[in-house]
Amino acid sequence: MITILTHYWSELVQGLGYTLLSSLIALIFSTMIGTMFAIFEVLPNRLMRVIGRVYIEIFRNIPLLVIAMFFYVIIPLYVAKIDGFTAGTIGLTIYTSSFIAETVRAGIQSVDPGQMEGARANGMTYWQAMSKIVLPQAFKIVIPPLGNQFINLVKNSSVLAFVAGFDLMYQANSIASLSLDTINSYMVVGGFYLVITLPLSYYMRHLEKQLAK
Amino acid sequence: MQNFIDAYSWVNLRFLLEGLWVTVEVSVVSIIASFIIGSVLGVLRYVKIKYLSAVVGFVVDIIRNLPLILIIFFTYFGLPHLGFKPGILFATILAMTIFESAMLAEIIRSGILAVDSGQMEGARANGMTYVQALWHIVFPQAIKKTIPTIVSQFISLIKDTSLATIIVLPELLNHAQIIYGQNSAYIIPMFLMIALMYFIICYALSVLSRVLDKRLA
Repeated sequence: MITILTHYWSELVQGLGYTLLSSLIALIFSTMIGTMFAIFEVLPNRLMRVIGRVYIEIFRNIPLLVIAMFFYVIIPLYVAKIDGFTAGTIGLTIYTSSFIAETVRAGIQSVDPGQMEGARANGMTYWQAMSKIVLPQAFKIVIPPLGNQFINLVKNSSVLAFVAGFDLMYQANSIASLSLDTINSYMVVGGFYLVITLPLSYYMRHLEKQLAK
Repeated sequence: MQNFIDAYSWVNLRFLLEGLWVTVEVSVVSIIASFIIGSVLGVLRYVKIKYLSAVVGFVVDIIRNLPLILIIFFTYFGLPHLGFKPGILFATILAMTIFESAMLAEIIRSGILAVDSGQMEGARANGMTYVQALWHIVFPQAIKKTIPTIVSQFISLIKDTSLATIIVLPELLNHAQIIYGQNSAYIIPMFLMIALMYFIICYALSVLSRVLDKRLA
């Protein structure tokens, strides 16, 4: 295990970098897209609600790998030349955004409707009330679930290995085939994932307990 | 349009359905196995047996926080180095079961924690042993409380079987790749068709879980 660690240190760190980069980009964009569709779902307009619902249900019920492979195969063929990292991150973003939309919607709906009414009664427009009053309160509630989504993102970013995204999982395979030491290669890479996910998941559990009090 | 008609020829559709059957097989076996093992692990972690519960908790946390793909690779490429060589199908089922058992253990433990402690005390006061009370009174209520979470975990499991295409398990995604590998005009029709197949199964399950949840609540 030590020899793998010292021998392939630069590959491992590079893989970790790509995994974290992809997860962070996907977290930022999927939070934005997810929040947008969550707002669609609580709008008074029926058509918008249906659009929100359809988006969420479609991407929640299709495997991440199918979505990522779709972008990896289709975009270079019909749209533009992009690399595996970009295609994989786009797939990751879209898949995760549907889960975040569901979380944020629950957050918005748990905010007392009196908050919206009060803000409107005080002369705010719907959008002002939503962005200044309702959303900030909703986000306070959804921070632990969003943290859990980030843990899922780090784990799910391993689909980049399928599309040559140079992430940790991709490095695991190349190190395993170079060193011929399969077991230790996977153990070391597993350790790299745990260094990110395990502390985060304990911290989220701690946060949830505190909020439950 | 002609692409779609050609792509959805009877031969291709039958080939996709064969893949779908493998997906369903792997899913059903893994769901049953991981529900049983996950329940046992969840209860073991809850009951606080000295050392054992701590060890179970630690192992469950480690497995939950690893990517499933890594576990699939480990069972398929790693285990042969330890002197045990599983076939593709068995390696997939083994990896799915290990990972999903850990996920379910955590869900079930939190379900047990959410059951009012008066339930256990009442059952004990009525002469049940600790194990009887746990099995007949607390555990069923914990499952009832966590049905939506458990079913959504099963939905993830079904979606995650597609990952086994990397070790060339002949499941749905793998069969679609074989078909569009022969003709790139079939790429979009194939992706749309398998997306629809996954969607129908997963969406139906999520509707079922909502109905169950309402009935039992």
